[in-house]
Amino acid sequence: MKKLLSGIFAIIIVCMALAAGSARLAKSQGATGGNVLNFANWGDYIDPALIKKFEKETGYHVNQETFDSNEAMYTKIKQGGTHYDLTVPSEYMVEKMANDHLLVPLDKSKLTGMNNFGKDFMNQPFDPGNKYSIPYFWGTLGIIYNDKYIKPGAIQHWDDLWSKKYRGQIMLIDSARDIMGMSLVSLGKSMNTTDTPTLAAAKAKLDTLSPNVKAVVADEIKMYMGNNEAPLAVDWSGEAADMMYENSHLHYIVPTEGSNLWFDNFVIPKTAEHYKAIYAFLNFMSNPKNAAQNTDYVGYSTPNNAARKLLPKSTREDKSFYPTESTMKRLEVYKDLAPTVVGKYNDYFLEFKMFRH
Amino acid sequence: MRKNVNAAFYVPYVLWLGLFVIAPMLLIFYQSFFDINHHFTLANYATYFQSGTYLTMTFNSVWYAFVITVVTLLISYPAALILHYMKHKQLWLLLIILPTWVNLLLKAYAFIGIFGKDGGINNFLGFFGAAPMQLLFTDAAFIFVAAYIEIPFMILPIFNGIEELDENLVNASQDLGASSWQTFTKVTLPLTMSGVKSGVQAVFIPSLSLFMLTRLIGGNRVITLGTAIEEHFLTTMNWGMGSTIGVVLIVAMVIIMFLTGERAKHRVKGGRRHV
Repeated sequence: MKKLLSGIFAIIIVCMALAAGSARLAKSQGATGGNVLNFANWGDYIDPALIKKFEKETGYHVNQETFDSNEAMYTKIKQGGTHYDLTVPSEYMVEKMANDHLLVPLDKSKLTGMNNFGKDFMNQPFDPGNKYSIPYFWGTLGIIYNDKYIKPGAIQHWDDLWSKKYRGQIMLIDSARDIMGMSLVSLGKSMNTTDTPTLAAAKAKLDTLSPNVKAVVADEIKMYMGNNEAPLAVDWSGEAADMMYENSHLHYIVPTEGSNLWFDNFVIPKTAEHYKAIYAFLNFMSNPKNAAQNTDYVGYSTPNNAARKLLPKSTREDKSFYPTESTMKRLEVYKDLAPTVVGKYNDYFLEFKMFRH
Repeated sequence: MRKNVNAAFYVPYVLWLGLFVIAPMLLIFYQSFFDINHHFTLANYATYFQSGTYLTMTFNSVWYAFVITVVTLLISYPAALILHYMKHKQLWLLLIILPTWVNLLLKAYAFIGIFGKDGGINNFLGFFGAAPMQLLFTDAAFIFVAAYIEIPFMILPIFNGIEELDENLVNASQDLGASSWQTFTKVTLPLTMSGVKSGVQAVFIPSLSLFMLTRLIGGNRVITLGTAIEEHFLTTMNWGMGSTIGVVLIVAMVIIMFLTGERAKHRVKGGRRHV
């Protein structure tokens, strides 16, 4: 009898632990008290010193919580139970969240630093008139090369990657949209292509890149490139900045024929409660001095032109991270495509990964 | 009264099975009938069996799992046999199990260091002028690491099988004039077959759905069904298709269990775990 009872108890305890765990997951933290700001951000994506400074200046306490994919953050906000006041989705997710009525429009009268932002980064198709979002950082997709193995200037365009010289030397980021997009651009097509024949052509072109591909990996690319494991990689500018910090032989270029332009943006989700703290924080972050300090810490490109002027000359005129006007014009922002189309991108990408000679 | 109490003893067992085994499987099965727009459909299964992609992937998964199992078995059986005749066998056994205490991810990263361009193996080969060779992201590296990780789960059941074998039978066989080879093939091997079968189950089934290693060590040049499931759940958000592949894997596992299962009673020793 004792055994029986303890068995049943064990199961009840496991169930309760699971329920508690899932409730915790759903709720996450997020204090609901008065002087707080519940901020959901990507990991290591803000200078902690700035948060301290903000808390000291304004008296608000910042609860920072991190997420590692737009989708995870989206699910949390959509399912409720969170109390986020601010979050930082990428551009296509801003569009998706706005369409799903998960965002609160910005009250422009309470924002003080909007004139600091460059025109190139405002009024983007994913959020016309910046009704919901303020750009936080932006970047591109490009090629990283190691000057120990590749002569500077040898790689200028996407098509150069297809050269027979680079057999088994390229690492690709494991992202369907980006790698399919790269192939589409090299064919002179849009990165937001939706029609199947064009996508199939892009996939066929990718297959011919297959002998040159050493691996298709995710975050590990940073480690591999840092260790000189491969001479070439296709990755985002933000990741490239991290790698170049680790290994001075690495360089980043944005092909002039076009690439992706991405944005991470501040938005107010509908779960927000502390509006005073939100606007205080947004204004604090768009202050040129603070934005410059944050840019220096994070290493991505800032849309805040006033802040950019405060950066060291070598940074603010670096063509890799602040491309020329003519290249900027050819960069394309991802649109939020229909799920079936996204599925198609992913299926083709999976087939490409399976393709072997 | 007595009878009621006995029946009540099944309650924890049934609850456990129902909540943590049957219910999740039913959920996966249920999910597999929904497309990306949450409409009821059979299209996921049609896609699976009509697309060359998934069939090739299935074939690849089974093939890699098969190779990993064979490699593991070839190493484990002699190892278990030697272990059996060792002096401090429990100690040696502990040493073999010890690596399973280390997290899989850490082991994978360690292998990245070993196989890398400036890694231990290439440094060693450098003395003979053969370096640097591309070791990471190859089939061989993937199978090597997967086999390394699976070996303890193969050795344990085989070792237990050999331990249970009556030493007198081996002695009798030798007394009656059988050579060592004959003793091995006619007596030892058939009598330890149940251990081999549990070992094969414990290795083959998880190997079918390995996914992290395919990216870390295989650099996504090796694609298994596990990779596809991960992608469908995390990137495409097409849970239906992911569940469909999950169902196919469950069916495959049932088939393997049936093929390797013994008709007579047998005991499965040696643990199973998540990979």
